Parts: sequence; structure tokens; C-alpha cells
Amino acid sequence: MSGVRGAVRALGALALLASFTGAALAQAPELPAAPAGAPQDSGALRVQVQGTLTDAQKNDPALEAATKSVAALLRCPVCQGVSIQDSPSELAQQMRTVVKEQLASGKSPDEVKAYFISKYGEWILLEPQAHGFNIVIYALPAFLILAGGAFLVFIVKKWTSAAPAAVSAARTSDDD
Amino acid sequence: MNFRRAWIAAAAAAPVLGLFAWGLTRDPNDIPSPLPGRQAPAFALPVFAPGQGALARPIGDTIRLADLKGKVVVLNFWASWCLACRDEHAALSQVAQSYEGQPVQFLGVLYNDVPIKGTSWIMEMGGQSYPSVDDPGARVAIDYGLYGVPETFFLDANGRVAFKNTGPVTSGTVRMKVDSLIAAAQATAPASPASSAAADSAAKSGGAK
Repeated sequence: MSGVRGAVRALGALALLASFTGAALAQAPELPAAPAGAPQDSGALRVQVQGTLTDAQKNDPALEAATKSVAALLRCPVCQGVSIQDSPSELAQQMRTVVKEQLASGKSPDEVKAYFISKYGEWILLEPQAHGFNIVIYALPAFLILAGGAFLVFIVKKWTSAAPAAVSAARTSDDD
Repeated sequence: MNFRRAWIAAAAAAPVLGLFAWGLTRDPNDIPSPLPGRQAPAFALPVFAPGQGALARPIGDTIRLADLKGKVVVLNFWASWCLACRDEHAALSQVAQSYEGQPVQFLGVLYNDVPIKGTSWIMEMGGQSYPSVDDPGARVAIDYGLYGVPETFFLDANGRVAFKNTGPVTSGTVRMKVDSLIAAAQATAPASPASSAAADSAAKSGGAK
């Protein structure tokens, strides 16, 4: 019996650890960094941007969709784990305008991404690119699932072979 | 048997705990910039705060980075709503004044703010010796990979980003960077063959003695 209890305890501990990991990795959305956040209440005083977009481009649904898909990949620098598509902060809106203008000027989504990487580093991508050390992020979950499966098979085999003996031992001790 | 299990559990948890411990030593707000070592993004921005004395530029004038070639440039992004900018303002203004007549251009860039507020902030802070320019839409800020203010970029005489300072700068840091960049610019100036020959002969005569 102690084997089963031990295994249950071990699984419980693993689950607890996993939940901690999840909590640590899930970043609180939209906590403005103290020195970085621009004031949100300056709408009336906001500087008018002399954009290069024409009215037709501003209302172009295809361009808007393309902007959204690129902006969703880029991290808002003044937020916590939020894309510039999801952030209402002033800098994120300005960056979205830059994305839109560059797409309108004929740049491909990859070229726009490359522009922001050249300015902010790969940090600006919400999803790390799968090369170098970053491969660990993509490979580790698969490895852990396989290892967990193997562990389960091992432990269940152990239980099923050990259980009858343990039960009969428990019975004899109950009889005493 | 239970000790063995405990050891296995500890060995399995150790890497995870190690990762967490390493994560705690890192400042998530400290983002490494890819810009230092690269050519500085070009800009042409309008002056809204003129500066004082010999460093002054007229309001409405446009300052282009390309026109500053041969000068060390200290580019300070700031805003009137930025509290940390108050800490560095006096130091920057004084240091800029002390470099008057030297090949250095100090330049403030207003970030996500309106020039009128910037001007009244400068008055409230007792003036600013060097000019400040406006950056509508934060285009130049984004070009410089800015994620907050204050951030200060030190550009060498060839227009390359030499160093980036995040947060308020101290006069010591500014002097150290600017001095070394001026020295580097003078060492690589066109007159260098003659001066290096003079240095060689000086070394030889020194060695002969």
C-alpha cells in the first residue's frame, strides 16, 4: 500500500509543481511598467501623427487584417506579455501604425517583423523563433509528455504486480 | 526505499527550481538592445525648445542626424510626464554646457508628449542648455527601439550607436562616454598618420634614453 500512496503523493507533488510553473509563466496582462507607460488620459492633447497612409489604405479591410496578424506577433514594450494588437497603450498604437504603414508600402509581414527585431531584438516576438537554445522551449514539453507517459506505464506495471501481494498482506494483518 | 524516491524527486525538481532561481536574478524590464555597434537610425526632427547660449538652435529649425557627422551625439529621450527624467535633467544640462565648443551635440527628444508641456517642464526645471526636438508619433523612438524614458544613446563621430543607457544618466557616465568617444574620434581623424608618426618617434627617443 505504501508504494501506491507514495506514487500518489509523487504525482500530487508533480501536479503542484506544474501548477506553480503555470502560474509563474502566465504573465499578468497589461501591468504598465512604471517608467515606461505613457499617460493614457492625454487623448485631447495627443500629438497628431503625420502618417503616410491614404484614406483608402486606412479603411482597407485586407490591410487591416494583415496589420492585425503581424501586430499580434509583436510584444508591446511597455506592457507585460501583451501584443501591440491587444494593448491600448500609446506606444503600442504607434507601433501598430508603423506596421500598417510598412505593410502598405509593400513590405512583407516577415520584413516588418525583421524591422522590429532589428530595433528591439528577438525579445519583441511574443513567440520565440525555433532555433538555437530556443528549441528547448518547443522540444521540452514533448519530451516531458513522453517521459511522463513512460513513467506512468512503469508505475502502473509496478502497482499491478505488487498490488495482490500488498492486499493479501493487508488482509492477514487485518485478521490479526 | 523512501529515501531513494525522495532523492529522485529532488533530482527531478532541482532543474526546475534552478530555472526559477535564475529567473529571479533577472530584471524583466531590462531588455538588451541590438542597436549598440550599429549605424544609428537617421532622423530629421523639428526643434521646439531652443537651448541656451552657444548651444541654442532656433525653434522651428530641423536637426538632421546626417548633419551632425564628425560630432559625438548624446541623444536623450525624455518626457514631461517622466519622473526619472527629473533626476538626470540637471546633470545633463550642466555637462552639455561644460562641453561647449567641443565636437559634441547634446539633443533632447520628446517622447509621447506635447511640445508645450515639454517647454513648461524645462522652465520649471530651470532651463535646458541644449536643444530639444519633437518626435511626433514616436517614429524615431521606435526606430531606436525605445521602450521607456529616459533612455540615452551615445553616438560616435561616424554616426554609430556606441552605447545605450537605460534610465537616468549620471554626469560621471556622460563625461566618461563622451570623453572616450571624442578621444576615439580624434585618434581616427584624417591627421592620424602624422600624429602616429610623431608618437612613434617620441616612443623611440624615449626608448633611446
